[in-house]
Amino acid sequence: MSAITTDLSATELSKGANLSSWLAPLIVVAFAYIVVPLIGGSYLFEAILLPFLALSLAGVGLNILTGYAGQVSLGSAAFMAAGAFAAYNFNLRVEGLPLVASIVLSGIVAAAIGIVFGLPSLRLRGFYLAVSTLAAQFFVQWALTKFSWFSNDSASGVIDAPKLCIAGFEFDGAVGRYLFALTVVVILTFLAYRLVSSQTGRNFIAIRDNEIAARIIGIPVLRTKLLAFAISSFIIGVAGVIWAFAYLRTVEPAGFDLDRSFQILFIIIIGGLASIRGAFLGAALIVVFPLALSRLGNFLLGDVFDSGVLDMSQRIVLGALIILFLILEPDGLVALWDRVRRRLLLAWQSS
Amino acid sequence: MPISSHAFGAIEASVYAPEIFAQGLPAAPRQAHEEPRQLAAEDAAPLLSLEGIGLSFGGVIALAEVDLSVRPGEIRAIIGPNGAGKSSLINVISGVYRADRGHVRLNGARYAQVPTQRLARLGVARTFQNLALFKGLNVLDNVASGIAYRTRSNFAGQILGIGRSRREQADQRGRADQILEFLHLTGVRDRLAGTLPYGLQKRVELARALVAEPRLLLLDEPMAGMTAGEKSEMAAYVRAARDRFATTVVLIEHDVGVVMGLSDRIAVLDYGRKIADGTPDEIRNDQRVIDAYLGVASENEEGAGI
Repeated sequence: MSAITTDLSATELSKGANLSSWLAPLIVVAFAYIVVPLIGGSYLFEAILLPFLALSLAGVGLNILTGYAGQVSLGSAAFMAAGAFAAYNFNLRVEGLPLVASIVLSGIVAAAIGIVFGLPSLRLRGFYLAVSTLAAQFFVQWALTKFSWFSNDSASGVIDAPKLCIAGFEFDGAVGRYLFALTVVVILTFLAYRLVSSQTGRNFIAIRDNEIAARIIGIPVLRTKLLAFAISSFIIGVAGVIWAFAYLRTVEPAGFDLDRSFQILFIIIIGGLASIRGAFLGAALIVVFPLALSRLGNFLLGDVFDSGVLDMSQRIVLGALIILFLILEPDGLVALWDRVRRRLLLAWQSS
Repeated sequence: MPISSHAFGAIEASVYAPEIFAQGLPAAPRQAHEEPRQLAAEDAAPLLSLEGIGLSFGGVIALAEVDLSVRPGEIRAIIGPNGAGKSSLINVISGVYRADRGHVRLNGARYAQVPTQRLARLGVARTFQNLALFKGLNVLDNVASGIAYRTRSNFAGQILGIGRSRREQADQRGRADQILEFLHLTGVRDRLAGTLPYGLQKRVELARALVAEPRLLLLDEPMAGMTAGEKSEMAAYVRAARDRFATTVVLIEHDVGVVMGLSDRIAVLDYGRKIADGTPDEIRNDQRVIDAYLGVASENEEGAGI
């Protein structure tokens, strides 16, 4: 049995990582709840943190489906739209329904749509499945535009968010909406983390890594795939509610177009597939990067760098970034982050 | 035959797997120990039998009128040159392929195509010729996934950690740990399966199949690509597994030397047809097998195995 050697230092390191793996998120959450509201201005909340939170949550949702269960989807924006418009309608049409209930119900609606459009995954795989999820993207957007009932017969299909009020407490202003979004994201992320480390999460990974072997050892492949679609769509649907209610406040179906779906896919590719943290890192990059680019462009080029140039350069740089990540760091920002942290830890230990 | 084949097996194992017996088998009490006597009692009925199996891909005939019977508790080898249809046969038994003709009889039930999804519940487990581990899971979780089909808690219970989910997870991991100990894999318990050397990955796959305590274990080239040392180690594990869990083993192997020492009966395939079936001694002296596969003795002495 000489082949097996227990690497003591490695296990010790991983034990330390276990402790810090709980400590680090706790510190981040505490920081986000206590420090950020004190120091942040409204620009930080409106332009950076709110879209960051909504997109992070959508990234977590898509990561469950694509990163863990291995089913590629290009319909994320559709599920966001379904969530947003469902929550709007529940809130509008059911008298006295608490906000929490309409959020949960809208997630369930998105999950149901997710299951329907997940059905092709039982026969299709990879590229073909991705194309078939495009059907969700086009269908939902079409239905929301076509039937004005969904937007309460508003002429342009635009919906206005209701007041964010939970148990008599009103989440008002930028900070209030930030705290509301943060709470929803923290709860769902925690549940998602629990899910991916449960038996169901391991079944997702098994199906992703080897579907035939998973079938042979008796993992219910069809049911598990549909479950992945349902849970993923639920989370993405709630992310849509945050996007519509907490971030933009007024949304139209056109805001949930294919570009948004791709954006969420890029988030998990850049951040790191099959990693909850990756969704947050990827979303941070996607949100901050255009702002940073615009500042940098203005600083370097002055007036030449107008919005047209900005838009174009964003696409070019983002495209290049994605290619670079796929080649140099297929495991995403998470892997990069971990490597840097390990280096720093070693350097600190040796000194 | 009241003399339990179980006891006999243990003696045999001490001969074939001395290093395992020297280290001492973990003596965990298991319900499976009740089974061998029961199996020995119904010795006459084969656990698995193939009846006139025919399979072709397009115009290529992979299997033609193959009959095979496997008795409970035996180690049954299927050998043959490359492309003889060995893997196809395993795939038919496990339901990955549907046979064009013939039936598979398993535990007395007759199937045109074995239901793959229910295979684990029927007490059948298999390994794959090319590694089929879940690369993104660690060794323990890979092995525990072998009994994931018994999970009855739903995802909500698992997320919240309520109901039977905690107990189930502890139970599954406990069983997986026992198997890891049995196959001496405890040292790599927490490693990602994809990062292990090839020979160990093969053994982890065996562990994943064994954890369900299957009545029938199908091994598709469990020793392919191994060194001679690893091969004899693997052979010892297969035999020990049979003895401990009273599992019937059907295995495909290229290395004739290993097969002769390991198996009770051997079937030889050539171009999709069964050309011989018998004990190792009978096979060794069968003229058709020698012509098709073994070659003349002088050649075989130098290169152990073909």
